[in-house]
Amino acid sequence: MMSNLTSTERARAMLITGAGVLIGLTMAAVGRNDPMGAHGWIVLLFCGVLFFIVGQKLYDAEPVEDRSVSYYDDPTKIGILLALFWAVVAMGMGVWVASQLAWPDLRFDAAWSSFGRIRPVHTSGVIFGFGGNALIATSFHIMQRTSRARMPDQVSPWFVLLGFNLFCVVAASGYLIGITQSKEYAEPEWYADLWLVIVWVVYFVLYIRTLARRNEPHIYVANWYYLSFILVVAILHVVNNLAIPASFSGAKSYSAFSGVQDAMVQWWYGHNAVAFFLTTGFLGMLYYFLPKRAGRPIYSYRLSILSFWGIVFFYIWVGSHHLHYTALPQWVQTLGVTFSVMLLVPSWASAGNALMTLNGAWHKVRDDATLRFMMVAAVFYGLSTFEGSFMAIRPVNALSHYTDWTVGHVHSGAMGWVAMITFGSIYALTPVLWRRETMYSWKAVEWHFWLALSGTVIYVFAMWNSGITQGLMWRTYTESGTLRFSFVDTLIAMHPYYIARAFGGLLFFTGACICFWNVVMTIRRVPHHTPAIDYPTTSEAMEPAVPAAE
Amino acid sequence: MDMTHEWYVALSKSFGLFWLLGLSVAITAYAFWPSLGGRFDKAANSILDDEDGPAQPTSTKAEDKACR
Ligand code: HEM
Ligand code: HEM
Repeated sequence: MMSNLTSTERARAMLITGAGVLIGLTMAAVGRNDPMGAHGWIVLLFCGVLFFIVGQKLYDAEPVEDRSVSYYDDPTKIGILLALFWAVVAMGMGVWVASQLAWPDLRFDAAWSSFGRIRPVHTSGVIFGFGGNALIATSFHIMQRTSRARMPDQVSPWFVLLGFNLFCVVAASGYLIGITQSKEYAEPEWYADLWLVIVWVVYFVLYIRTLARRNEPHIYVANWYYLSFILVVAILHVVNNLAIPASFSGAKSYSAFSGVQDAMVQWWYGHNAVAFFLTTGFLGMLYYFLPKRAGRPIYSYRLSILSFWGIVFFYIWVGSHHLHYTALPQWVQTLGVTFSVMLLVPSWASAGNALMTLNGAWHKVRDDATLRFMMVAAVFYGLSTFEGSFMAIRPVNALSHYTDWTVGHVHSGAMGWVAMITFGSIYALTPVLWRRETMYSWKAVEWHFWLALSGTVIYVFAMWNSGITQGLMWRTYTESGTLRFSFVDTLIAMHPYYIARAFGGLLFFTGACICFWNVVMTIRRVPHHTPAIDYPTTSEAMEPAVPAAE
Repeated sequence: MDMTHEWYVALSKSFGLFWLLGLSVAITAYAFWPSLGGRFDKAANSILDDEDGPAQPTSTKAEDKACR
């Protein structure tokens, strides 16, 4: 991989990682009396290892590849492997968290292994580590293919991918040593947040530069979804993380907001993290890989445009449904309800568009587990958005809020939609990227599919039951008007469901491990395969980026 | 100018309303504009076989020249 970099590019990479080493050293020195010091060492190690990997190859021969005839896929490959690595780590953590809830002794009495610390390792690990790497990798793939243009340079994609992973490592390790700013899905402290801003800006610029080189007149809709993901996440991240560090030698910082404003900003961020991290980017995946795998163009391209703008407009306003019956003004809550209900329309338009695309290809869905992953993802997308719109209605939320129903909703979206579409895309992408004939084992894909589906169904049903039981028990009164059940009573009622959830999660996790193994074996064992049309098209067949008429 | 609560409410009730309405109309018009149909169809079909490498423009960009 390094041999595809020119010596200037290698030198530039060494410069960047070298600067990273210095930053790490500074953090370690300045923060030596604070947990931040530990992060300094982690940054130093991360950048140091990369520095030496590049350094060893610095004087190797220059590459001979003709860059004008191929896409740049090396970062995509590493990104897919990193996503799978994080999937195994973070879903393993999820199983542990679930088991701790069922059997609290599994904490083993250490500080770092307490529920409050490993839970965010799970959430950040799956959302950012698994989801984020998968999004970055597939976006690199899709932006080049749909633009029929190669990325403009070879250093910035690595900077984005590895810089993002540095953020993930700093985040996860920070939780274990007790660093958090206590904002859900935005737990990392100020220096990690600043770092992510830099990485994200480079990502955005790289995307735009690639699109600017495109040889297709129209930007395919998947790119719109990816761009909205990059752009809006940047805005959300910057605003929600506005904070004043208590000192520059320590991790602690204080949010710029307080009270109900803080809550509103956090859930404006929080729900749009769901929208623009866990939804739009993955819709980009769906709009590219599903039609491609089914061998049919998307059912209605016009509908995909319309639902894009619908999703982007409506989602921004729904955050307040996380704060029903709080100090937040009633009208803001009502605004959130209204937009949440309206959001169902573009959401179902997307899910329906995906399913209609499969009309006429159902035999493929039956035979091909990869396509089935994508089909099931679209179904769960429809289910979880319906559920979400329903839960956003205030009286329904009175029952669901604080209960496991929310956790059930989260995982029908996260496992059923996000993880399923990602696994489907990974199976579609791996043979293409590594130029292999097929996946190593189709049986294993089939196993993964059924493990993932049954794991999700068990998980979600367990949480629905547990959540509704819990919610109803909390609001049951005796004849004299006192509460019928104590809190401990509800815990006892939930215990069997917690065991079921841990089991469902274990199935899902096993599937993810099989996927990782299958991908690695595909790379190592499956014979090389040259695609039928592995030659560049001439510009005769293409239109220039800006058609003459415009 | 005072950035008061009332000021924001007035802004969103006047400008905000028409901005959202206008955008919805504009987007719907764009999505269903008849003459754009061909372009959309072409885009929808364009992804089905795109594994053939970047398009070859008549003049290769400098950064894509063979390295050497
Ligand atoms: C192996 C499968 C999984 C297991 C066993 C698992 C388990 C758990 C557990 C036990 C919790 C804590 C619930 C609580 O505090 O009561 C949780 C929370 C969460 N998980 Fe998972 N999970 C899995 C997969 C995933 C995936 C794939 C994603 C995302 C792509 C995800 C995203 C989340 C999120 C966002 C939360 C926070 C929910 C909230 O605050 O309401 N999980 N998970
Ligand atoms: C139309 C779309 C959706 C709507 C209207 C919606 C609505 C809701 C509502 C009302 C809650 C409960 C808030 C509370 O009581 O605290 C919630 C929680 C959540 N939803 Fe959704 N949802 C939608 C789609 C999704 C999807 C597709 C995903 C995942 C991929 C998702 C992930 C989450 C997460 C992670 C939470 C938990 C947040 C937390 O408390 O930590 N949602 N959603």
